[in-house]
Amino acid sequence: MAPAASENDMRHINFWSWLWIIIGAIYFFVPLIATLLFSLQAKRDELGFTAYSNVLSSPAFFNSFSFSFWTAVTTISISALLIVPTAYWVHLRLPRLRPVIDFITLLPFVVPAVVLVFGLIRTYNRTPLTDSRQGLYVLLVGSYVMLSIPYMYRAIDTGLRAIDVRALTEAAQSLGADWFTIMTRVIFPNVYIALLSGAFITFAIVMGEFTIAFLLAQPAFGPYISLLSSSKVYEPSALAIISFGLTWASIGVVQWISHSFSGQSQITGPR
Amino acid sequence: MAFLEINDVHKIYGQTVVVDTFNLQIEQGEFVSFLGPSGCGKTTTLRMVAGFIVPTSGSIVINAVDVTRMPPNRRNVGMVFQSYALFPNMTVAANVGFGLKVAGQPARAIKQRVAEMLEIIHMTEYATRYPYQLSGGQQQRVALARALAIQPQVLLLDEPLSALDAKIRISLRQEIRTIQRQLNITTIYVTHDQEEALSLSDRIVVMNQGRIEQIGTPFAIYNRPRTRFVASFVGTLNVLTAEVVDAATGRIMIDGQEIHVNGILPDHPDPSLAIALRPEVISLNGVYGQTANHMQGTVEDVTFLGPVVRTRVRFDQHTIHLDSFNTPQLVPPRNGDSVTVSFPPEACLVLSDTPGAEV
Ligand SMILES: Nc1ncnc2c1ncn2[C@@H]1O[C@H](COP(=O)(O)OP(=O)(O)OP(=O)(O)O)[C@@H](O)[C@H]1O
Ligand SMILES: [Mg+2]
Repeated sequence: MAPAASENDMRHINFWSWLWIIIGAIYFFVPLIATLLFSLQAKRDELGFTAYSNVLSSPAFFNSFSFSFWTAVTTISISALLIVPTAYWVHLRLPRLRPVIDFITLLPFVVPAVVLVFGLIRTYNRTPLTDSRQGLYVLLVGSYVMLSIPYMYRAIDTGLRAIDVRALTEAAQSLGADWFTIMTRVIFPNVYIALLSGAFITFAIVMGEFTIAFLLAQPAFGPYISLLSSSKVYEPSALAIISFGLTWASIGVVQWISHSFSGQSQITGPR
Repeated sequence: MAFLEINDVHKIYGQTVVVDTFNLQIEQGEFVSFLGPSGCGKTTTLRMVAGFIVPTSGSIVINAVDVTRMPPNRRNVGMVFQSYALFPNMTVAANVGFGLKVAGQPARAIKQRVAEMLEIIHMTEYATRYPYQLSGGQQQRVALARALAIQPQVLLLDEPLSALDAKIRISLRQEIRTIQRQLNITTIYVTHDQEEALSLSDRIVVMNQGRIEQIGTPFAIYNRPRTRFVASFVGTLNVLTAEVVDAATGRIMIDGQEIHVNGILPDHPDPSLAIALRPEVISLNGVYGQTANHMQGTVEDVTFLGPVVRTRVRFDQHTIHLDSFNTPQLVPPRNGDSVTVSFPPEACLVLSDTPGAEV
C-alpha cells in the first residue's frame, strides 16, 4: 500500500520537523522569558516595571543610547559613501578582482577587535587622533566602518549583481549623464534596498559593541550595559529586554521602508 | 564628406586584432546594418562609434566633428541595447525623460517631449508603469524612445531584438524602420540575423573576423556576393569547386561535367575556382532552354517547405540544393531519380577569397 506508506512518511517528517522547531523555540524563548520575569521582580513579592522605569529615567541610558545611535548612523553613512562607489567600480571595470576584494572585505572577521584597537592606537599614537576626545571618536567611527565592511560590501555587492551595472551605466552615459549623475540617479537608487540590510546589521553591531568603545574610552551604549551589569541586579535584565525590543523595532522600520519602495526595487531584464 | 565617417579604424587587444582597417561612410538618414557571425567585431565597432571603446588607431567623425576621443556622454549618440537596460527605479516616463533631465531642460519641455515619444511608440497609457511591469517588446520600445528623446545625431542598436520571440521580432523591426524613416535619423544596426539585415537596411556591411567582407545594398549583397564568405553567410547558397578549362571563354568543369559562366575568368595560376549558385535559380524542368548549363545528377532528398520544395541533388563529389515553387503543375521528384538540372550562365557567381570593398 504505497499511499499509506507515503502518508506515514509525511507524518514522520512532520513529527521531526515539529520537534526541531519546538526545541529551537525553547532554546530561544526560555532565556528571554526568564530574563523578562526576572526583570519584573525588582520589588519583592510583586511583578512590576520598577527596573524599567529606573533604566529609562536614568540620563546615562539616554546619553549612551543616543551616542551610539548617532555613531551608528555616521558609520553607516560613511561606509555607504565609501563602499557603493568602490563596489560599483569593481563591478564595472575590475570584475576580475572581485574574488580578491571579496577576500579583503572578510578580513575584519579574522582580526579580533582588541588587535584592531591596539593596532589603531599604535599607528596613530602621538597624532591628534589619540590626543583628544574628538580624535578618539574619529578612531571609533573608523573602526566601526571597518567592522561594517563585510556586511555592507556583501549587501551592496548583491544589490549590484541584481542589476546590469554595465548596460545601465552605458545607457546613462549615452544619454549624457556624467559619473556623479550615474551614481546618484542610477546606481544608488537601485542598490538602496540591498544597502538597507547591510545598514541594519551595522546598526545592530554598533549599538551593542563593547570592546572598541571601552578601550577608546567612549561613552557608548555597550560599555554602559556592561557597567550597569556589574553594579545593579534587575536593571541589566530590563535593559536587555529594552534593547531587544528596540532591535526588533529597527528591523520593523527597515522592513516597512523597503516594503514601501518595493514597487521600484524589482529588476527587469530580457524576457 | 559623409555624415558619419569611420576611417581606418583598428582595435587591438593585446595580440588580437578585433577590428581591422574598418572604413565606412554613412550618409545622413541612412540605415546601415553590420552583419556577421558571433565574434566578428560588430559590437566592438559599434561601441567605438558610441564612445565606450577608444580605437587603437583611426578616426571617427560625426557631422564634421572628430569624436574619436570624445567621452560617450558628450557625443549625443543614442544607444539601444540587447538587454534593454531600462532604469529599474524609474517609470516609463522617467526613463524616456532621463536624457532631457540630465541636459537640464525645463520640466514642461520634458513632459511634452516624453508624451510625444510615447505617442510614437504607441505606449502613452504605460507612462506611469515601471519596467518590470512591461513585456520584453514593450521594454525595448521604451528603450528606443529613451534613446530618441534626446534627438541624437546617430542611433546605434546592438542586436535589439534578439531577446524577443519571433513574432514580436518581426513587428518591432518594422516599427523601428518606420520610426527611423519618420525621424530621418542616421542609424547603425548590429545583427547576426541576415533576414533582419536584408529587410531593414539601406546598406549592409558584412563582417568576418574583424574585417569588412563586403558593403552593399541588400540586393547587391544577396545577388552579387563578392566572396565565398558573403555567399555562404547571406542566404542559402551552393558553393561548388570548379576547375578552369578555358579562362578566356569562361569554360569550367564541375565533377567532370563542363559548364560555362559569363565573362572572363581571372587568370589565376591556381586552376580551381569557387562558384556560387542560389537554390532558386536552378531548375529541374529545363525552362532555361538549350543555351543554359545542364548537369546530370541523382536526387538524394526532397523537403517540403510550404511555398517551396527543396531538392538535394548529388553529382560526383558535390551536392546542391535547389528550390522549386510549389505550383499546381509541380511534380516533386523522388529519392533516387536521375535528373537533369539547368541554370543560366549568368547565375553562376564567381567568388574570390579576398574581402572586397564597395560594389
Ligand atoms: N575587452 C576585450 N578584450 C579582449 N578581447 C575582446 C574584448 N572585447 C571583445 N573581444 C574579442 O573581440 C572579438 C569581437 O567581439 P565583439 O563583441 O565585437 O563581437 P560581435 O561581432 O559583437 O559578436 P556577437 O554577435 O557574439 O555579439 C571577440 O572575439 C571577442 O572575444
Ligand atoms: Mg555583439
